[in-house]
Amino acid sequence: MSQPALINRYRWYELIGIYAGIFVFLTFILAPFVEGFLVSLKPLGLLFSSPYRFWPENGSFAAYRSMWVSVPGFARYIFNSFFISTIVTVVVLSLVVPAAYAFARFRFRGSGPLLAAFLAVNMFSGAVLLIPLFRLMRSFGVLNTYFAMIVPGVAFLIPSAIWLLRTYMMRIPRELDEAAFVDGASHFYTLRRVILPIAMPGITVVAITTFIGSYAQQFIFALTFNSKTEYMPLPIGLFAYFGRQEVIWNELMAASFVGIAPAVILIFLMQRYLVAGLTAGAVKQ
Amino acid sequence: MSVRRSTIIFAWILLLPALLYVSVIVAYPLVDTFILSFTDASLKKTTKWVGAVNYDKIFNSTFAEVIIRTFVWTFFSVSIKMIIGTFGAVMLNAAVPGRALFRVLTMPPWIVPMAIGIFMWGWMYNGQFGMISGMLQNWGLVDGPVAFLAHGSTAFWATIITDVWIGVPLVTLYLLASIQAIPQDLYEAAWTDGAGRFYRFRRITLPLLVPAMITMSMLSLIATFNSFDIIWILTQGGPNGDTTTMIIDTYRTAIGSKKYGEGAARAVVICIFLSIFCLLYFRVTHRLASGESR
Repeated sequence: MSQPALINRYRWYELIGIYAGIFVFLTFILAPFVEGFLVSLKPLGLLFSSPYRFWPENGSFAAYRSMWVSVPGFARYIFNSFFISTIVTVVVLSLVVPAAYAFARFRFRGSGPLLAAFLAVNMFSGAVLLIPLFRLMRSFGVLNTYFAMIVPGVAFLIPSAIWLLRTYMMRIPRELDEAAFVDGASHFYTLRRVILPIAMPGITVVAITTFIGSYAQQFIFALTFNSKTEYMPLPIGLFAYFGRQEVIWNELMAASFVGIAPAVILIFLMQRYLVAGLTAGAVKQ
Repeated sequence: MSVRRSTIIFAWILLLPALLYVSVIVAYPLVDTFILSFTDASLKKTTKWVGAVNYDKIFNSTFAEVIIRTFVWTFFSVSIKMIIGTFGAVMLNAAVPGRALFRVLTMPPWIVPMAIGIFMWGWMYNGQFGMISGMLQNWGLVDGPVAFLAHGSTAFWATIITDVWIGVPLVTLYLLASIQAIPQDLYEAAWTDGAGRFYRFRRITLPLLVPAMITMSMLSLIATFNSFDIIWILTQGGPNGDTTTMIIDTYRTAIGSKKYGEGAARAVVICIFLSIFCLLYFRVTHRLASGESR
């Protein structure tokens, strides 16, 4: 493997081209965050003045303090987001781990179409099914509770979780199951004592992606099925900064950054798993 | 009881919880949407069967315009996502110092709560004080402030750009993973034969990436067709309905005006389109899979 070093050697103009390309690409990706951060540093008076100035003159972190005062419920919104995502993740895992194992290991009549049916759930967003879901939540009596956001949220995260975990479990050598079976272990014992420990890294990846997916997508169910302030997750709670006359943009942006900090920290800690998980789910063998 | 039979029973026991869950929360609502679409369901206590009236109503209204708009919106959003995503994947694949960091920096729009990213764009599009209008003015490219979300044509593109921004990370990372799955020996063989970098890209990377690009654009098509949060937060379908896609239209009818029956009929039309996309997707991926294994 001495060749890759040579084959990957770039000429100076190629390097410039690549870095320029990456710069343009990442500028598009990151510009809103940069601007959002600078806005959070600017006093409101500077924000609402023209001509536009990019750099915050006499900028400060004042908004990061005042945001807690203008919207006292903010800490609660972050807690709600975390709480909802955690419960969603736990429920998804408890449904998906056995199902993924069944799809990875057993071939039976209807298993193919059934898997396709699970994946087809991904085709329908919550928005399409909102009316019957609303009626369903009402008849369960869970409107304006955490459940109204958790229950539908889980359903739409199941398909990709099954797909990801099934791909992972299919890589576990079948001989392990068979050896356990020959030794007289029951199916259930094999799953619990042989497969689960080996599949743990895969389950971790699914847990992380499910959590992040749930954290990122709390909007439409929370918007429609819940009107109680104390249960609102972060994305809906942030609307509290939309005042009657004007939006308090610097505090809204400060609050946004505080709200995304946990997710960003999680990315940096887990990025190896994230890329691995995405690759496993995306690139089929 | 035979071993085989007990295995099948075990498999079904494992599947049952997930199956039940999805049946109640997805399959049943799907059926219920269909049934509701033939009723006059609303906030009233009683609901009566009205036949195809709801469908008559939508096909007599501006619905055709909404459908066309949805398709145009989706087409441009998916195309731009694919172009930028492919570009990003190819750039991030280059073996240059810092690539691990660049890859992580691609993720935020995808991982951060969507609403937050959309708020940021909402501010950037602001006419009086926003960054884009401000920069354009400072550079002398436009005379006065441009309120992007206040005019139909600019709002249409503004919502597309934001949708692209949220969708690009997944496309990029997916295609990047696909590029990296291409066997390295192909490149080395071509390199030994004296093929240049661009030639290798055109004759190896691109052709082998096409299946992944097709798969991704189908997935992206379905997700984009369903896009709700972006338009709802930025324009709520305005101005004058110029950014009203089918999803937004359905939401307004059903949840805004509480006309559940009419809303359900619109949702059924969306479901029909989605089912077509879905079948197309399964067929395409199936063909790709059987073509790959040869």
